[in-house]
This record gives sequence, structure tokens and C-alpha cells, in this order.
Amino acid sequence: MGQTMAEKILARAAGKKRLSPGELINARIDMALGNDITAPVAIREFKKIGVSRVFDRERIALIPDHFAPNKDIQSAEQVDVMRRFVREQGIVHFYEVGRMGVEHALLPELGLVLPGEVIIGADSHTCTYGALGAFATGVGSTDLAAAMATGELWFKVPQTIRINFKGRLAPWIGGKDLVLFTIGRLGVDGARYCALEFGGPVIGELPMDGRLTISNMAIEAGAKAGLIPPDKITEEYLKGRARRPYEIIRGDEDASVFQEYEWDVSDLEPQVSLPPSPANARPVSEVAGIRLDQVVIGSCTNGRIDDLRVAARILKGRKVHPHVRLIVIPATQAVYLQALQEGLLEIFIEAEAAVSTPTCGPCLGGHMGILAGEETALATTNRNFVGRMGHTTSKIYLAGPAVAAASAIAGCIVHPDEIKGVD
Amino acid sequence: MSLLKGKVWTFGHDIDTDAIIPARYLNTSDPAELARHCMEDADPDFPRKVTPGDIIVAGKNFGCGSSREHAPLAIKEAGVACVIAESFARIFYRNAINIGLPILESPEASAFLKENDQVEINLAKGEIVELSRGRKFTAVPFPPFMQEIMAAGGLINFVKRKANLKDSSK
Repeated sequence: MGQTMAEKILARAAGKKRLSPGELINARIDMALGNDITAPVAIREFKKIGVSRVFDRERIALIPDHFAPNKDIQSAEQVDVMRRFVREQGIVHFYEVGRMGVEHALLPELGLVLPGEVIIGADSHTCTYGALGAFATGVGSTDLAAAMATGELWFKVPQTIRINFKGRLAPWIGGKDLVLFTIGRLGVDGARYCALEFGGPVIGELPMDGRLTISNMAIEAGAKAGLIPPDKITEEYLKGRARRPYEIIRGDEDASVFQEYEWDVSDLEPQVSLPPSPANARPVSEVAGIRLDQVVIGSCTNGRIDDLRVAARILKGRKVHPHVRLIVIPATQAVYLQALQEGLLEIFIEAEAAVSTPTCGPCLGGHMGILAGEETALATTNRNFVGRMGHTTSKIYLAGPAVAAASAIAGCIVHPDEIKGVD
Repeated sequence: MSLLKGKVWTFGHDIDTDAIIPARYLNTSDPAELARHCMEDADPDFPRKVTPGDIIVAGKNFGCGSSREHAPLAIKEAGVACVIAESFARIFYRNAINIGLPILESPEASAFLKENDQVEINLAKGEIVELSRGRKFTAVPFPPFMQEIMAAGGLINFVKRKANLKDSSK
């Protein structure tokens, strides 16, 4: 009997020949991540352990991104805790304002998360790196502290749920639509404690940015990881980017999985998730016409260059509806610069959008676009829980960048085809 | 571990960490400050109503969403003695064990217990007793490895102990 991708990657990191679901193991950590919310707690806990140095100063990434640039004195103090720890320990991968990006966009871009690796992050969307073939999972601050001290962490080997997408995607359909559809089918806890593994011909043709979007939201179905077996697209993406040698690990054909789904997505419409759950996914036609006060395009889910290109195609030469505030947030400085060079920022600004420097900002209700009571937003972010973007009576609809851009112009939720003259 | 006795507060399914501790309060990690906003977006009055020793009883997938350890930290600091749920989201489960917040998974107790019930909990045995009706439930047992972490008082003490053992064997 073969082994799944998750089992093989964890076995390698635990120094074992093979593993079965449910086994508790200690695995070596290839990269450990913290941000301006979770790292200060991890640093406090690290100091209690009593070791003087971190396990490897090149395998820790500390990224202040949630309230960046610092929104108030308290958040500035949080980053100061990180900065002092970074200097004291000589931690290499610390990126501040001007050099930073939203962590899960930044680390892949910098080639710091690689196939076959085990990566932990004190942020639930750490599962993003599954798109590169890494076993990457979110943990808490105390876990991060232990990993920084020892270079190891305990894991329970997960069962695998395999999802195969077949067919051909219609225009405007991307990674976000596939993952919202998936979460809608599985439910918010449908993959709890499991590794999701995405495959099939549709994934085989999906560019890396779309794959990162899919893996990013695996956690919204409760999953521990969102794996995509590395292929030519992965290797192409990593060329000239990978900072370490890596080993590609894929699952065996005859591995036993917990569940397997095959979905033909040829007829899939753009998906929109209704508040207050990412699992409330519907075809856009079912929710068309809902009036919006704000649209946000950005985040670790959809703030990459492909996302901005899609939005710009629709926004070019058009204006955002007078009742709508459109906020566009490139996820990293490199994405921001590329969008500038390609003329995308000019398109956004001429459309009367606000363009922000990289930050998680409104995605978690931090700053840069907080909602008032009863307001409605559509966002390319990952969560639409009660109060996530501001007031507890505000509402968030989740969608991909095409629906977001089209809806910003229309002033209400629409299918991108409704915007005349866009091709 | 001793017996816990307290009053039940009930919550529904899929209580996410944004409801447990909203991100607008995460510009600090001071446990006392976090406790002042514990469960605020699920029940705005909870921080004022909760008293030390109380028990939270919830449905499935408690603590889903963000990895913020501030969530179990806020609950622990608010004085909640134990969280009983039908099931827990993965990261919350780890975090609770790591910081020493007692949690018990019991679909039967979760379905049976009502707001204001008085319960007695034997953590070592995983036993939950509803006092007025006398119903007894046994929670899903923790694997021995996790029991070790809990017995050490959390992951930091557990790791510290291991680090000291390594030092002394040099």
C-alpha cells in the first residue's frame, strides 16, 4: 500500500520510513513563521523555555503585516518586540514596511517555502504553501515558541481528502471560485484534521497564483493542509527563486485516502460566499443585485499580480460606482511595483479606487477600510465571519477579483459579463 | 488534577476565533485586556457575566478560523475553568492544550447541557456530571502524549523539561 503526499512529507521530517493517519510524531521544521499579532506572544513564551538561541536564524521568518504600517501605538509596540528579538537573535528573514508583504504572499515570492518541506506558521493561512508542495500548517504562538527553540514540533498524521477538478474553466473563473465551491461542498469543518489534496486536469493548467489562492483557503474547510502535488508549473515558479535545495515529494497512486471527490467544473459560475461563513458559497447569479458599500481587492488570498491583472481588465476605462469605496491592496512590494510598471495602478486610480501599500488591514478588521454598522462589503479576502471587517452588523461577501471589480463598477454584486465591453 | 465545579454558558456551532476575541483587540497580547473582550462578538455581555470557574459548552468546530492563541488565552484569563464542545477546530485544540486551558470533547454532554446548569468535572477521568439531573458523560480521552503536555502544565514546561534533560546529559 502506497502513502499519501502528507504521510510521505511528514515521514521524511520525522525520520521514519512510513506513517499512518492518527500517529503522533515529532517532525523537523524547515521554516517557522510569525506575524505582528502572534510573534510577540511566541517571543514571550520562547523566553520562558530558557534556551539562549533560536534553532536556526535562517529558518525563522517574522513578518509584521497585520497592522502594518503600524496603525497605533500598541501595534507599534508589538512590532518593536519583534524587532528587538530579531536583532538579539540575528534572525535573517524579518521584513518591515517598505520591504514587506502579506506573509503568505511574501514567503513564496522570496523562495523561502519549498516542496517537500514541513512549515509551521502562527497564522492559520500558513496552509497557503501547500500550493508549492510543502506540508504547511497553522499553529499557535506557543507552538511557534517551541519550534523556534527546538526546530521540531509534534503533529498528528492527518487523513487525506483528495479533490479532483476536471473539465474546462469558463471565462473569469479562477482559484477563488474553485476553493469557495469546495468549501461550500465540504462545509467549514468538512476537512477538520484532514489534509486536502487538490488535483486533476484543471489544477494542472492553473497558474501558481490561482493555486496559492486555493491552498490558502483550505483552513476554511477546517483542513490542516491544502496540498497540490508539484509539477512543471511549480518548478517553473521556483526557478531562480528557491533559496534552498529541495526535494519534490508526491503521493503514491495506490495510497489510501479518507475521501475522494471528482467534480466537473466546466459549468461552474463565479462563486460568492454569503455572510457569515465561507461555506455559504453560491453561484453569482443567485446573489446578483445585492448593494455594496465597499469592495476590497487584496489579501493573502487574492492580492497577487494575476488577481490585480484580472481586476484591471475589468476596471480599465471605467469608474467605481459613486456609492462604493474600492480599496485595492497589492499583497507585496514586488506585486505593487509590478502593478505600477504594468500600468495597473493607473487604471485603479483613474477608476477612483484607493490603492494601499501591502497590509492585511481590512481583511481582519485591523485598519484601512473598517465597516460601519449595517454596511455591506464584497471582498477577495478569506473570511466573512460576524464582525470580521468591522461592526458586528456589517456583512461581508467573499468572491474572486473578477466579481469584485465588476461589482465595484455596478454598485451591487454582478457577474463580470454584466459589464459591457469587457472581454 | 482536581474537581472543577461551575455554571454552564452555552454557545452554538462553529464559534470562530473572531467571535471569541475580535481582531480589533489584537494590538495587545495582555491576557487581562483580552479577557475583557472574551466572546464579545458572540455575546456582548459575556465578559461582564462570566465568573471564575464557569464552564463554556459549545457545539461542533469550536474555535475555528484564525490561529490566534489570544482566543484560548482570553477564555482562560476570563476565569473559564473548562470548555466542553461537540468538537474543536484543530488549531484551537492545540493551543488550548499548549497553554493549559482544560478542554473536553463530548458530543453527548454538548447536546445535553443547558445554560445555567451546574456541572462537576473530573479532568483526569474526563468525567462530566450534570448536578441537578445527575447525568454523567465521559469525554473522548486524550492520547498519552497530550496528557504528558497537560500534566507538565503546557507545552513550554514540557519543552523546558526536555531541554534541561538534554543539557544535563551532556
